[in-house]
Amino acid sequence: MAEAPGLIEARDLTKRFGDKVAVDHLSFDVEPGRVTGFLGPNGAGKSTTMRLITGLDRPDGGSATIGGLAYDQLAKPLTRVGALLEARSLHPGRSARNHLLFLAQTQGVPASRADEVLDLVGLREVANKRAGGFSLGMTQRLGIAAAMLGNPPVLMLDEPVNGLDPEGIRWVRTFMRQLASEGRTIFVSSHLMSEMAVTADHLVVIGRGRLIANCSTEEFIQQSSERSVFVRSPEADRLRELITGDGGAVTDEDGGLVVTGLAAPRIGELAASASVVLHELTPRLPSLEEAFMEMTADSVEYGRAEHGRAEHGRAPLGESTAS
Amino acid sequence: MNAGLLSAEWTKIRSVRSTVWSLVAFVVVAIGFSALIVLVINNTWNSPGNHPNHVRLLEDPTAVLFGAGFGLGQLAICVLGVIVMSSEYSTGAIRSSLLAVPTRLPMLAAKAIVFALLDLVVSAVTVFAVFFITTAIIRSHVSISLSQPGVTQACIGGILYLTVLGLFALAIGGLIRHTAGAIATVIALVLVVPPLISLIPGTIANHIHGYFPTVAGVLAGQTSQQAGDVLSPWQGFGVFCIWTAVLLAACGWLLVRRDA
Repeated sequence: MAEAPGLIEARDLTKRFGDKVAVDHLSFDVEPGRVTGFLGPNGAGKSTTMRLITGLDRPDGGSATIGGLAYDQLAKPLTRVGALLEARSLHPGRSARNHLLFLAQTQGVPASRADEVLDLVGLREVANKRAGGFSLGMTQRLGIAAAMLGNPPVLMLDEPVNGLDPEGIRWVRTFMRQLASEGRTIFVSSHLMSEMAVTADHLVVIGRGRLIANCSTEEFIQQSSERSVFVRSPEADRLRELITGDGGAVTDEDGGLVVTGLAAPRIGELAASASVVLHELTPRLPSLEEAFMEMTADSVEYGRAEHGRAEHGRAPLGESTAS
Repeated sequence: MNAGLLSAEWTKIRSVRSTVWSLVAFVVVAIGFSALIVLVINNTWNSPGNHPNHVRLLEDPTAVLFGAGFGLGQLAICVLGVIVMSSEYSTGAIRSSLLAVPTRLPMLAAKAIVFALLDLVVSAVTVFAVFFITTAIIRSHVSISLSQPGVTQACIGGILYLTVLGLFALAIGGLIRHTAGAIATVIALVLVVPPLISLIPGTIANHIHGYFPTVAGVLAGQTSQQAGDVLSPWQGFGVFCIWTAVLLAACGWLLVRRDA
């Protein structure tokens, strides 16, 4: 039976390091033709999952397949899957061209392909320079060149925009979108929600090695229960009393109030009934960042959740201070 | 395994500086030290006193001609053998290598074959260079030629010993995966441990010493079995090959099982 060559399937993947469960019975599919974001806080198990899919780490349970085959069953794996895992996956004393050349030779890919992918990522001029002298951004580009070497239908990129300048970040985004539109499977991890909001069509979200969400990016934001309304009024103190009296929670922000627990129409009605003037009444969808913080709050390693909230100054519902 | 994997390993090994420097160090030290020692023997030939080397030179010429230079020069082969494998881990290049060859063992096999061939060619050139340079130096006192009994065999044995020594070091590099630790281990096995074992009295210790990998292996560079040797040259070489094969098998077994 022929499966789509671009379909990644993870089934019950489990990996332990000593006592610590890094990946915990993780199952998901990654489909061709779209960018699938792989989201999770640092330490959630994203990189380990990618290493399990590509066979670098051996799973303690479960399996992962690409087009129905385990990675180590693929005859010329680089022509089936291109992977950018850790950026420093090369010998610093070897030139960029030689790095790509030996990879090409293992796959029976013509040596001229090395120069093609160097052109593709804009490293042709430094092709004969030792890779150890490259900046992190250039090293990432070389890693992407290596991933594209076999022109594979599947690309797995672990934090590809790390260390890139804004121009490089834009380049990677456009590149991923273009590859997805060609029908390839793009599986890209990030801990930056804002990055995923603009690149990913679909999200696989994990925390502490477990699946938290597997849905479209839009749905992910919608699913979040955390909705708020931004309201501005010259009589903020009276409005605050009205809202808290009606069961809402209020926090101050940018010369206005952020209300949770009450919908915008109800706030308008309350204001009208007490003749409080409103200058602004805006329902807000949570950002992907907020949705993410909320959904992964219980699963963040090392209690980082608290820091995250403090930094962003947006406490989720139930923990806001009603003053 | 296919030709592509062999050319890939050749690309890897020729494209880093450590290969060239290790091999240059090997050739220079081997030729330099052997020539130096034989020059000293030559210049002190007629001076009064005991000259155990003179007797040895007649009984087992290659042991004297090769002893000094290769005794030290072999360390460069050990270092290169370790680095060829351990640098994959220390640099992170192993991830790229194993993404390309996820079945792993063919990569190790190709690496071992390519490195062994390189080691063989460089050793052959160096062994014969040392042989012809040193015999030319000592010519006026002792005449040594390839046609004498055991001499050609000892030259070939020396070349094969250096080749297998490289694989021995490569296997330890793959087992330990840390360059410094693996180099220290190989040097301890080659230079430090054998003399310590030989200090222990008794026939059991003598046999342990005789079957110790590098002690057995280095016999291959002798023309004949000398008094006190537990094994003949080819027996010694066989023992060394078995040690190396076991270590390579362990290296392959762990390569397949360990996380990269």
